Amino acid sequence: MTYDLVVVGGGLIGAAIAWGASRTGASVALLDEGDVAYRASRGNFGLIWLQGKGVGKPAYMHWSLRAGRLWKDLTEELHAATGLDTGWRQTGGLHFCFSEAELDKRRDVLARTRADGGEITMKFLDRAGLRDLVPGIGPQVVGASFSPEDSHVSPLYLLRALQQALQDGGGSYQPGTTVAEIRPEAGGFAVATPSGPVHGRRIVLAAGLGSARLAPQLGLSMPVEPERGQIVVTERVRPCFPYAANCLRQTAEGSFLFGSSHEEVGFDDGTQVTTAADLCATALRVLPGLEAVGVVRFWGSLRVMTPDGLPIYEESSRYPGAFAATCHSGVTLASVHAFDIGPAVAAGILPAAVASFGSGRFDVQAH
Amino acid sequence: MSRDWDAIVIGAGPAGMAAAATLAEGGARTLLLDEQAEPGGQIYRAIERNRGNARLSGILGPDYLYGTTLTERLRASGAHLRFSSTVWRVEPGAAVWSRTNGTVALDRAKALVIATGAMERPVPLAGWTLPGVMTVGALQVLLKTGGLVPSGKLVLAGTGPLFYLFARQCLDAGVEHLTLLDTARSGNIPAALLHLPRAFTGQGWRYLAKGAGLLASLRVGRVKLLRGVSGITIEGEDRATAIRFRVGKTPHRLTCDLVGLHEGVIPQQQIPRSLGCPFDWNDAQSCFQPRRDAWGASTLPGIFIAGDAGGIIGAQASRHEGDATALAVLAELGRITPTERDARLRSVRHARDAHLSARPFLDRLYRPGPDLVTPPDPVTICRCEAVCAGSLRQAVERGALGPSQAKVFLRVGMGPCQGRLCGPSVTGLIARETGRSEAEIGYYRIRDPIKPVTVGELASASRRGAPR
Amino acid sequence: MFRRIEPGTPEQSPTVSFEGRQIAFRPGDSLAAALLAAGISALRQSPVDASPRAPYCMMGVCFECLVEIDGRQNQQACLTPAQDGMVVHRQTGARQLP
Repeated sequence: MTYDLVVVGGGLIGAAIAWGASRTGASVALLDEGDVAYRASRGNFGLIWLQGKGVGKPAYMHWSLRAGRLWKDLTEELHAATGLDTGWRQTGGLHFCFSEAELDKRRDVLARTRADGGEITMKFLDRAGLRDLVPGIGPQVVGASFSPEDSHVSPLYLLRALQQALQDGGGSYQPGTTVAEIRPEAGGFAVATPSGPVHGRRIVLAAGLGSARLAPQLGLSMPVEPERGQIVVTERVRPCFPYAANCLRQTAEGSFLFGSSHEEVGFDDGTQVTTAADLCATALRVLPGLEAVGVVRFWGSLRVMTPDGLPIYEESSRYPGAFAATCHSGVTLASVHAFDIGPAVAAGILPAAVASFGSGRFDVQAH
Repeated sequence: MSRDWDAIVIGAGPAGMAAAATLAEGGARTLLLDEQAEPGGQIYRAIERNRGNARLSGILGPDYLYGTTLTERLRASGAHLRFSSTVWRVEPGAAVWSRTNGTVALDRAKALVIATGAMERPVPLAGWTLPGVMTVGALQVLLKTGGLVPSGKLVLAGTGPLFYLFARQCLDAGVEHLTLLDTARSGNIPAALLHLPRAFTGQGWRYLAKGAGLLASLRVGRVKLLRGVSGITIEGEDRATAIRFRVGKTPHRLTCDLVGLHEGVIPQQQIPRSLGCPFDWNDAQSCFQPRRDAWGASTLPGIFIAGDAGGIIGAQASRHEGDATALAVLAELGRITPTERDARLRSVRHARDAHLSARPFLDRLYRPGPDLVTPPDPVTICRCEAVCAGSLRQAVERGALGPSQAKVFLRVGMGPCQGRLCGPSVTGLIARETGRSEAEIGYYRIRDPIKPVTVGELASASRRGAPR
Repeated sequence: MFRRIEPGTPEQSPTVSFEGRQIAFRPGDSLAAALLAAGISALRQSPVDASPRAPYCMMGVCFECLVEIDGRQNQQACLTPAQDGMVVHRQTGARQLP
């Protein structure tokens, strides 16, 4: 059979696009790798962070703000479709500041957001105001910016819900299906898989770090590089910190996550003690009460970074119907990937909102 | 505090004690770390305290007392001993992060010997998380370390040499109400018999004689012994109070106060896996073991694995393997020549192999049945996160092809034990459900810290390893 | 559930308190052994499903024996030598921040 849409890459981006397309009636196949793979989705910290997103990059800022505001619909629809809870909590987000200068920078973020035509609710809290929200706040914290629009979610539950919603809705999820070759053919594309070819009228390449290798086969350019981020996870703690925050959050199960770092180490998804130590030290400055809490794991994960950190959404000019989709913000953008990108690529187009995210922008610097 | 050593040994069981002693005697600056407060590992727990205790030593048997020769040699060797120290991260090179009484330490060495031994194979069955259900090894630890013996109605369920040994020890300690539910499968006997001739060679006949003696004494002792047991479930509200099982097709139910489970032991995988050492599935022993050469060298330079941590060989063979690995390290350090190493290795290898001849027979005879990795849906697989077998089956149906994906969707392996008690079951169940081998399925990716450290402790681990 | 194979000297025994109750133990006992010897059944309540849990492996592998010792939560009782005067409580569910 020939699917309306084949999505290569079963992470947060691919799964959202696949489900989004299938729920508008398209027949969809989602091809995913095996158990051992880089899987940036597993390493996501879980913030849907709107305050300060895309400052100086208006198209990205607006795209992200739209995504944030569609998140309630996303999680409700996924719950209705699957009975699964993504763990989404819109409790607002705190960006902690350790000096007045840092607090001023946060004010500047709001000003610049507004200057670019974006609107976001942001409050600025001094220590006293912050103590009302976070009684155990550490003595070194001078204040924070707070936005009630920020939220957090379990990226793992989100991925599970998207994959299940796709399957429950009749879509095909094919794990253990590493793709080595994609060939354009009459009427669409043939994807070579270990269990035979999978045919699709349209195709989306959303394979994270694996996209760079496959993109040229579709006349696409997806120059992505790995950037490592480490995250520290604690044992369960009784719920006491409901907010999203720039350096830590408490999951629905009660574990605290500390994150995250930015390291250029190639494809090394291991860990460095000093980085984990720094993450812990920052967390202790914010919540000294975490001192005795047990750390049960810390790990590294590779973000999928384009040269300017913004997404790539693009249709191949050489092979119309082939699309590129990559970003490092697969959680925040899951809503627009599902509601906007999915139906669009199934119909062979991209939304106007993402017109500036083609890979051609990287060639501009070439002179 | 960061220190530099010639060699670090992790684990003070027979392999670790022998390795550390041989290294130190050979002039290597050696550090031995163990998380227990005393040397001995599990098999020789509390040996230094107990050797003067005639009653307890008598119950535990002469094989236990052998541990004193190892501890005495260790203490005399000049190896630096650091107890109550938990290793939480190992880096190739080698660097060992540990914590002792809340203080983090970083030690570096040219060579590392991982001798972390074995653990009991997890036995997931209905009710196994109830208070009053423990491993036979745990009950033996209570006997060794506290002179404690079960009172009330004790039921031991499982099979294998340790199972029978502990039953004997219970009788010698005066346990009055003991029932043995032997899960050994008679279907194993024909295949096991093929290995019997070899089992008589070397030191093997001693193991056979000891085993036969144990079995004979249990038959005449005050113990009810039922064979061919399967379908075990444990009942109780807040603690275990009854056990149901089948003998053939006949159902039984017994009331009980304490249940001891045992289905053999498996290597502790955490540290080698965290280093990225490749592992192979040992089908004869139904467990994963790290890939090593004949003398314990892993695929990573300077990293050695000795004793049960490398594959189940038992205490005596572990002790010889500890010596052998130490000799390999001494040669690498230049403390002895390759010629001297090879000369000494010949006799050590001979001694070790003599204790391995009965293993194929015993492993086959007591091979665990398939129900161990295919428990019914309601059975808890991951104790920490309370995930049952049914949820795992569902996840597999939905496309979770391996342990990492199962972990992502179900949180199996994400609790404090870091997958130690559910890893084998998760791999085994996924293998059965998908019709693939354990080797293909693989195992959890093990993350640091190997054992939990606190946020404060981790924050204190700075660039040079010294506390901030 | 357990008895000592040797008689002790209870008048001279060191003690820990568990949930306010004085528990005698013998030098060398781990805290887990001391509590089991005293007939205590559940040492903690699982933070996931509130089920009662008790030591399973006695060697630091299973993390079922978690208790609060002198205010420090989630300590493995089987790896902690019992010490005279320790104040021990069940670990009831997840850790609570101060």
